[in-house]
Amino acid sequence: MEAVGGLLTSRRFRDAVLLPVISLLCGFAVASIVVVLSGANPIDAFGSLFQGAFTNRHAVPETLIATIPYIFLGLGVAVGFRAGLFNIGAEGQFYLGAVFGVFVGFNLHGLPGIVHIPVAFLAGMFGGFLWASIPGVLKARFGAHEVITTIMLNYVAFLLTDYLINNKGPLADKHATAPKTPFIDPTAQLPLLLPGSRLHMGLILALLAVPLVWFLLARTTIGFRIRAVGLNASAARAAGISVGWTLVTVMGISGAMAGLAGADEVLGVSHFMPPSFSVGYGFDAIAVALLARSNPWAILPSAFLFGAMRSGAGFMQLVTGVSADLISIVQATVITFVAAPLLVRWIFRLREVPAAPVHIAEVGGLGAAATGSVAPTTLEETASS
Amino acid sequence: MGRDGDAPALSLHGIVKTYGPVRANDGVDLEVRWGEVHALLGENGAGKSTLMNVVYGLTRPDAGEIVFDGRPVTISGPTDAIRLGIGMVHQHFMLIPPLTVAENVILGHETARSGLMDLAEARAEVGDLARRHGLEVDPAARAQDLSVGLQQRVEILKALYRGARLLILDEPTSVLTPQEAERLFDVIRSLTAQGTAVIFITHKLGEVMAVADRITVMRRGQVVADTTPAESGPPDLARLMVGRPVLLRVDKKPARPGAALLRLEGLRVDDDRHQPAVDGVDLEVRAGEIVGLAGVEGNGQEELVEAIVGLRSPRSGRVVLGTQDVTRLGTRRTLHAGVSFIPADRHRMGAILELAVADNLVLSDYDRPPFARGILRRFQAVWEYALKAIKAFDIRTEGPAQPLGSLSGGNQQKLVVARELSTDPRVLVASQPTRGVDVGSIEFIHRQIVARRDQGLAVLLVSSELDEVLSLADRVAVIYRGRIVAVLEGDAVERERIGLMMAGAA
Amino acid sequence: MSSGLLAVNLQQLFRQVDLLSLATLTIVTATPLTLAALGGVMCERSGVINIALEGIMLTTAFVGFVAALVTHNLAVGLLAALVSGMLIAALHAVLSIEFLVDQIVSGTVINILALGITGVFYRTFLQQQNVKGPGTLPVWRIPLLSDIPWAGPIFFRNQGVTYAMLVLVVVVHIILFNTVWGLRTRACGEHPLAADTAGINVKLVRYVNVIASGALGGLGGSYFSLQQIGNFLPGITGGRGFIALAAMIFGKWTPIGAFLASLLFAGADTVGVRLQYLGVRLPTQFLSMLPYVLTIVVVAGAMGRAIAPAAVGRPYRKA
Repeated sequence: MEAVGGLLTSRRFRDAVLLPVISLLCGFAVASIVVVLSGANPIDAFGSLFQGAFTNRHAVPETLIATIPYIFLGLGVAVGFRAGLFNIGAEGQFYLGAVFGVFVGFNLHGLPGIVHIPVAFLAGMFGGFLWASIPGVLKARFGAHEVITTIMLNYVAFLLTDYLINNKGPLADKHATAPKTPFIDPTAQLPLLLPGSRLHMGLILALLAVPLVWFLLARTTIGFRIRAVGLNASAARAAGISVGWTLVTVMGISGAMAGLAGADEVLGVSHFMPPSFSVGYGFDAIAVALLARSNPWAILPSAFLFGAMRSGAGFMQLVTGVSADLISIVQATVITFVAAPLLVRWIFRLREVPAAPVHIAEVGGLGAAATGSVAPTTLEETASS
Repeated sequence: MGRDGDAPALSLHGIVKTYGPVRANDGVDLEVRWGEVHALLGENGAGKSTLMNVVYGLTRPDAGEIVFDGRPVTISGPTDAIRLGIGMVHQHFMLIPPLTVAENVILGHETARSGLMDLAEARAEVGDLARRHGLEVDPAARAQDLSVGLQQRVEILKALYRGARLLILDEPTSVLTPQEAERLFDVIRSLTAQGTAVIFITHKLGEVMAVADRITVMRRGQVVADTTPAESGPPDLARLMVGRPVLLRVDKKPARPGAALLRLEGLRVDDDRHQPAVDGVDLEVRAGEIVGLAGVEGNGQEELVEAIVGLRSPRSGRVVLGTQDVTRLGTRRTLHAGVSFIPADRHRMGAILELAVADNLVLSDYDRPPFARGILRRFQAVWEYALKAIKAFDIRTEGPAQPLGSLSGGNQQKLVVARELSTDPRVLVASQPTRGVDVGSIEFIHRQIVARRDQGLAVLLVSSELDEVLSLADRVAVIYRGRIVAVLEGDAVERERIGLMMAGAA
Repeated sequence: MSSGLLAVNLQQLFRQVDLLSLATLTIVTATPLTLAALGGVMCERSGVINIALEGIMLTTAFVGFVAALVTHNLAVGLLAALVSGMLIAALHAVLSIEFLVDQIVSGTVINILALGITGVFYRTFLQQQNVKGPGTLPVWRIPLLSDIPWAGPIFFRNQGVTYAMLVLVVVVHIILFNTVWGLRTRACGEHPLAADTAGINVKLVRYVNVIASGALGGLGGSYFSLQQIGNFLPGITGGRGFIALAAMIFGKWTPIGAFLASLLFAGADTVGVRLQYLGVRLPTQFLSMLPYVLTIVVVAGAMGRAIAPAAVGRPYRKA
């Protein structure tokens, strides 16, 4: 009994489970207030959200489909956080990945699926990697703040895509009435997992990506470098680690994951690319990563949660009239609470609990070592603890 | 010279201020009279700055009384101090670089009607004030364009603008040339002639003798003497500053130095503000010897050490390791070439507190065999290595997996030492290796360093703790203002003499 | 593409392009950019990063519109926009100054929150309405001055928010460089410790400046719904808040610089539209990219780092 009590009050449990759960509940609470103010019933709203996500026909496969990009994107953003980088550019990298992926999808012909698909994926990863490397290099070489550069590149990506696909641009389908790219070859389409639904093989890929990223962070030298730089760049530098290279590498990985998500969406779901492609997946991914505290395994439930919200929101809007944008409110509140431990402490008057031991083989940081100090909350601290 | 009233300008009774386990001020009494130049003398960590921070309201004392001009006062912030008439010129200037001199002087004390400043009027006012006190400076110049000496004038003007009658100067000449320092002394004398009291914090004996009326010497948080230049000459003061020989003494055999493993040739290194911090250093450290670099912090040691290990690029000169020129090699390659480095700031540069003990032990070698094969880390090897190091260096920890931050300071430092010594280096650069460490750990670390020295390690020990240098070093080099003033060994190594050199007075 | 652009006769181009209307349109289009950029300048000069300008403008566009709609009074709408902008900015201030939330995260949160709240309330209250809107702000012609050739039509025949913008550029400049408040603000943004030692309440200065930036952002938001189209649509701000940040950076954190940069960016926009209208087949998207690319160049160049307020982005904690 004492052991359980000890577990429940241990800092690790508090940071890894309690805090995200509280944040989520607060998120729903704030969203409920908004729902009430807009004249609807929160129970109806969240009920229909749940229904749309889980119990309707085809709801579960659709939820899973929505989860897939969140897994990839969340992993990418999380890797960035580990190194202390705030990659708001996931949205733009997502677009670039889709563009490269769809290009390979409809331009290469006569390849067997087993070749076409991986090549398309690699192209997508490359697109995202490229787009993220720019801010990465600028930060490493010139100290340019990645937040500004990535936001700017997002808009460049939107405009570029607009140019390519709208108004009979270079990538547009000349014969279609609505602006879109041509359909990708059947050999590039991802096989379905569940016949009768849209659920595609991308899910398998996403599920594989999680242990891969975990492995990278926890068991490789690259992962160690990333974590060291994210926790204390000065000490890392004094120990001979090249901080600049690490930053570039991390942005590259983050972008590649986002690009992979984009390619995946095109190859698996839509099979073509429309000019306005995303509903803000890249920004949602920031919330996904923060809620999961940048732990790859925790990305799975976090991504699933946001996938469910995204997928159920359409039904909620249909039935109750409450806009699907409501889930943004949940997101924003979650981010606030996760990023402001001081706020949580202030509201809930939580007491300080001594640190618990950590195994070096675990993904770094579940349960930060230092006892809580009143320090400005940096992304590194939040993301890796 | 004094005022008519009998009350001294400032009286401190029993001031106590602790930071954690450290008693920065341990029951300090001080008395400063009007129209007097009062020197506050002591080494780093003696508690001088802390005391003045208390007087200026930057920090609150844990106990004690402050009496200003005969009335007990509470000073809860700089605003209170300023209102009383206390002004402070910090060692690190508090100027806003892109603002002009006039703007900097009036900041926080602007007299403006309806919010609109009359900058022309401010400039005229500041110009007048400057001329009256012999502190000429162009009111329209931007602070960042001024020389350091002129910047200091602006700082003094700031205090005078606010009507300071008691002026505190914290290490004012540490950034001045000798000529600028002379000008400063003239200004100080003219101020005191008008009745202003001046408190002058310093570690430099020459200045104290030149300008002080009374001297208070502090050591380890306590006042050890209250005297005048007439009563105490520099040797007396030096002895008071550095105290009697320390009880900790390492048992060591005489050194048997071999070939020179580390050579610094004509090294010139700039600090973060592009001012010369290391001003032409030639030094040699041989195998099997410990060269101690004695000096008050801020005389170029940090920049020197950073240049040696590749964290900072020297402006000119060479760093030679054995026969290899490592000057521009970068940190990683320099470390792998056989240099080990214990940084002065353990928390910022020495280790990563959030990582486990074992991870910190392999911070420089995590990606080389046996700790990694390709990109895969080999945890078993890391674990065993950690267990061995923990045992060998007596690191008190629950195990290799414990986060470093939860170890005591002494054990953290032992880990850093363990890490740096275990790579079997040829040269060890140790900067403040026992700062903030308990006595037991200090002894242990010292013994380890000496043991390695006997095995042929070349050690450059940089420490502002003179005791540490004296007990460990085979040869003592004294650094002052970026230059090696002397290199002493054997009988020439004398505490007072070195104290004088550290203070620039010999 | 290339042949189209190069072959056009330049003289023809000038005549057809109608420089006058181009200039007028540019000033108008630059209005929200400048206002938000001015807000950014005040905020960042005191040391607080504010990337929430986009979210602030979006929310205040909505609030202002709803207020004007309900009261049938545009002035009330403007006031509501201003107040709501200040409230949102206050949230950002509390989160980042008091609770030490990373200023970028705090700003991002507000942007996301803005999308969410305006989306929900728009759908519930506005979408189905067939009520007559409150209209747009009237164009005021300033007597005499509006008849000056060239300058007249450009500067003196405008709607309220644009006039406000022009005045505010000068006002903010005076505040920042000629008043006590501006001096203290700049001190807090460059060297908060020194400002504190000089007896300035750094926290208070930052709070006030952040809230002021909210007011300016609020005015900028009101442009969209009360001046431009007399309506509100989701996402009506279209990223202008970020372009405003770019203008602030490009303008080296000065009010006049921000104004000129906004003109540049707005100009690229209007010229692009005009060129396309003429059949010049230069993809307008590339012109639209100009502000963003320029900003990246500025931020990457030493310029970006050297001229930003030195302490911006770092919370100030008293020792």
